[in-house]
Amino acid sequence: MLRVDIEKQLGEFSLHASFSSEGRVIGLFGASGAGKTSLVNMIAGLLRPDRGTIVIDGETVDDTAAGIHVPAWRRRIGYVFQDARLFPHLDVAQNLDYGRRMNRLPSDPVQHRRIIDLLDIGALLGRRPGRLSGGERQRVALGRALLSKPRLLLLDEPLGALDEGRKLEILPYLVRLRDEANVPMVYVSHDAAELRQLATQIVTLKQGRVTSLGGVKVLT
Amino acid sequence: MSEISPAEWTAILLSLRVAIVATLVATPFGIALAWLLARRDFWGKSMLDAVVHLPLVLPPVVTGYLLLLTFGRRGLVGGFLADHLGIVFAFRWTGAALACGVMSFPLLVRPMRLSIEAIDRRLEQAAETLGAAPWKVFFTVTLPLALPGVLAGMVLGFAKAIGEFGATITFVSNIPGETQTISSAIYSLIQTPDGDAAAGRLVIVSIALALGALIAAEWFARRATARLHGN
Repeated sequence: MLRVDIEKQLGEFSLHASFSSEGRVIGLFGASGAGKTSLVNMIAGLLRPDRGTIVIDGETVDDTAAGIHVPAWRRRIGYVFQDARLFPHLDVAQNLDYGRRMNRLPSDPVQHRRIIDLLDIGALLGRRPGRLSGGERQRVALGRALLSKPRLLLLDEPLGALDEGRKLEILPYLVRLRDEANVPMVYVSHDAAELRQLATQIVTLKQGRVTSLGGVKVLT
Repeated sequence: MSEISPAEWTAILLSLRVAIVATLVATPFGIALAWLLARRDFWGKSMLDAVVHLPLVLPPVVTGYLLLLTFGRRGLVGGFLADHLGIVFAFRWTGAALACGVMSFPLLVRPMRLSIEAIDRRLEQAAETLGAAPWKVFFTVTLPLALPGVLAGMVLGFAKAIGEFGATITFVSNIPGETQTISSAIYSLIQTPDGDAAAGRLVIVSIALALGALIAAEWFARRATARLHGN
């Protein structure tokens, strides 16, 4: 499913990560500053590795030796950021529709309905992002990423900006997503409890290196 | 004060035409340059920035003279355009529009550049991950978010263009009905005996236009802030 073997120098920090996984939800675990976000940005194509390869679903999206770098907009990878990043000039419905329009996908009312119901965002469609709570914003961001029909969904600490109460509000949606949306995910978190609930496989990152790889039991 | 005379109307309408054409033609160049200065690093960037701001600090008569040398009938560019494309700037209203466009360009670019710089680039990254090619990101995220700044730049550029005097009169002279704008009409009137009343009317018109433009620019700037906060 996902094979990564990259090197990247970011100032003083060096990231050298290598792993491959067939897991449905890969949990990327590590303290802040371990290089998780940089790694995910490279998978998304927003950051270019200095050396190495990234293969998604059999397609090589990065191979520095062969001079291959597929730009982010052609990767069909959904990305849910910690800070939602909804477009402030568009309402919720337009935000949700953005990926479909950009990829020139035919409209798919069935999937549209299903994802809106799954995330309970039907009542928010006419609102502007400025009028949403943090939890609502993150649910819309999830819907927006899914509706672009990605082949892989990256979630970078999607609960990181929320307080405990809000986290518990969103977590069940993520579980439902994992079980029903049928999109493989990379879930980044520094919270072992969160990953135990969601991930099927764990990659542990420490100071830019992969230190362990395995089932959720590696989270001790 | 009596009514505005037909001759004064001619000057007012010509000023409006010159300023509108100057602003509309300058806007796409202004947006492109604002984006370049806000987003790209390249060799000679500070030089380009300085050249754009030059009309703001040069004596307008110098800018006008340089335009005459370049775009006049015997100028390098002017001669080529006249011979091959039939476009003549010298002593025509189009030349007035060119002079106004050049003189107002720094004021037009500045708000556009600031509004592009204020956009959260992470929103553009999000658009990219959703499948938007760079030019689509520009037209669906960058430009809509910068729109109030673009409009503010246009209004400010228009206000400057409508009041331009020195470069215009140097480049295209002061021909009633062809190149005599409000400013050059006022200049002629105050040198004419009994021209005071007419000059006064045109002064009031130009104050009204300038004030209106400044208020509009302020309003667009406030819209920009609201837009970036997603309300």
